[in-house]
Amino acid sequence: MNEPNTYKPSIDSKDSIISITGMHKWFGDFHVLKNIELEVGRSERIVICGPSGSGKSTLIRCINRLEEHQRGKIVVDGTELTNDLKHIEVVRSEVGIVFQQFNLFPHLTVLENLTLALVWVRKTPKAEAEEAAMRYLERVKIPEQSAKFPSQLSGGQQQRVAIARALCMNPKIMLFDEPTSALDPEMIKEVLDVMIELAESGMTMLVVTHEMGFATAVAHRVIFMDGGEIIEQNSPVDFFENPKHDRTKLFLSQILHH
Amino acid sequence: MANTTPSQQTYLPGTHPDLPPPVSTSGVIGWARSRLFSSPLNIILTLLCAGFLWIIIPPLLTWGLFDAVWQADSRKDCWAQMDVPEGGACWAFITDRFRVFIYGFYPEGERWRVNLSFVLFVIAALYALYDRMPARRYGLWYCLAFPFLVGWLLFGGLGLTPVETNDFGGILLTMVLGVTAIAFSLPIGIVLALGRRSTMPVLRIVCVLFIEFIRGVPLIALLFVASTMLNYFLPPGTFFDLLIRVLIIMTLFASAYAAEVVRGGLQGIPRGQYEAADAMGLTYWKTHRLIILPQALKISIPGFINTFIGTFKDTTLVLIIGMMDPLGIGRSALADAEWAGLAREMYLFIALFFFICCFSMSRYSLHLEKKLDTGH
Repeated sequence: MNEPNTYKPSIDSKDSIISITGMHKWFGDFHVLKNIELEVGRSERIVICGPSGSGKSTLIRCINRLEEHQRGKIVVDGTELTNDLKHIEVVRSEVGIVFQQFNLFPHLTVLENLTLALVWVRKTPKAEAEEAAMRYLERVKIPEQSAKFPSQLSGGQQQRVAIARALCMNPKIMLFDEPTSALDPEMIKEVLDVMIELAESGMTMLVVTHEMGFATAVAHRVIFMDGGEIIEQNSPVDFFENPKHDRTKLFLSQILHH
Repeated sequence: MANTTPSQQTYLPGTHPDLPPPVSTSGVIGWARSRLFSSPLNIILTLLCAGFLWIIIPPLLTWGLFDAVWQADSRKDCWAQMDVPEGGACWAFITDRFRVFIYGFYPEGERWRVNLSFVLFVIAALYALYDRMPARRYGLWYCLAFPFLVGWLLFGGLGLTPVETNDFGGILLTMVLGVTAIAFSLPIGIVLALGRRSTMPVLRIVCVLFIEFIRGVPLIALLFVASTMLNYFLPPGTFFDLLIRVLIIMTLFASAYAAEVVRGGLQGIPRGQYEAADAMGLTYWKTHRLIILPQALKISIPGFINTFIGTFKDTTLVLIIGMMDPLGIGRSALADAEWAGLAREMYLFIALFFFICCFSMSRYSLHLEKKLDTGH
């Protein structure tokens, strides 16, 4: 049994940029997301956590249609996600995503990775695209690496390039799918610093992560998922100090006391 | 610190410099020691191989070079010129037939067209294979026009004297077949491989059936189909020349193999690459052109060269349906009473030609792999 969520985020539903109602998804017979209800406000920063297999990655991947939902409704900045390719195109142009495995294009230089979509999707002139790319590389503090190939960079640098690549398209929403899980410990901070800077600039962010320090410092809201359901959501302080659900308590005790 | 043996010197923690490796592990001596004489078994094998080469190579050089005859009118004339009759190679046979080996039975007065085609081919190959050529942009357009240009030159028409395709032979025929099949199999193979991975069931089934049918039937059987039966399958009134039919069959055959090579390459691309491209809003074709194929084709280079070399050598099979490739020319030349019995020289010459072509392809692929390596 799922206790009703007592926490009500302080957003007016008219001002929400993402609105998910009664959303379900199956992988074959496996019911991976169950009746998801989620409103995300403009400039809101949400951290999603939960055990592996709980559906948290799938949830954020549904928001830019890397995964297709089978029931319910997802509206991103006024555009509903359907099979209509035009709608998907519009949503994808407003949503940037950063993956756990970076997914940089290994055959292109860092600069080419950043300019590719600008040139081929946005039809930006090359010089202008490169100028924009350099601006974002400076923002993630690695302009000097622009001529290198991804394999010549450290994991932390690659992930920062991936963030810059997503930012190049000037998205309104940024999704982060476990951005620091594939990194060596000493590189996590440099990526989190970039994300914190991004948060301070007012970006709407949905972050799947187990970096609880980041959640406390940056998030407006923490969502806990298990078994394909949103079990509990709350402000970070209340979430960590006063978890209501038994499963949340168990999860927190496992990740905080090791 | 003028210590001559740095290995014995002690350093403070954190201050140890990089030292050169010991002499015994580098340089010629190190190489010989580690590769040739590293163990008793290796020493024995090295000596055995050296002995074997010592026995084989000097007589081969004597026969093929030092005692060989390069100019003669006939086999008897050849042997008459040698210290020991039959003690050397009679390359005069090849010299005598060289032009037939190259041009087949292409009319004497029109052979400049073959020569010009070869020059055009070299230019096209340079533009297609090396990206440092000047004005490469125009060069690539030229590469696209090249097949039509050379087709016109070789077959004639439109102001040039038409040449019967029966007259095509020798290395000319091998090059026409090999280059056409290889050049067209690459794009067709890519399309087939993408079709095979398509989510559209009809397209996928058509591609799978085509690939599996072509791969499941021997090339010789397909060539017989081309030479005898293909006209029954075509609408009445259409007639393709035998050479054109064989070109189509060889191209399709090579394409099916190329398609499977591309598919192997496509499967080596992680799903994340597609996802990243999707998330950026790239379309299917742009994703494949800009992200997937550049990586997949790079992985596929060794496989491509493998099928290309196979295709090039398979062109000799047209001998069976009566076309005069170098092997056919050679066999008919051996039937000449003046030169009979010189099979060794003839087959060695043909082998050398194929080896040079195939070895160049192999070397080029290594060069390409090295050039495209971005370290992932």
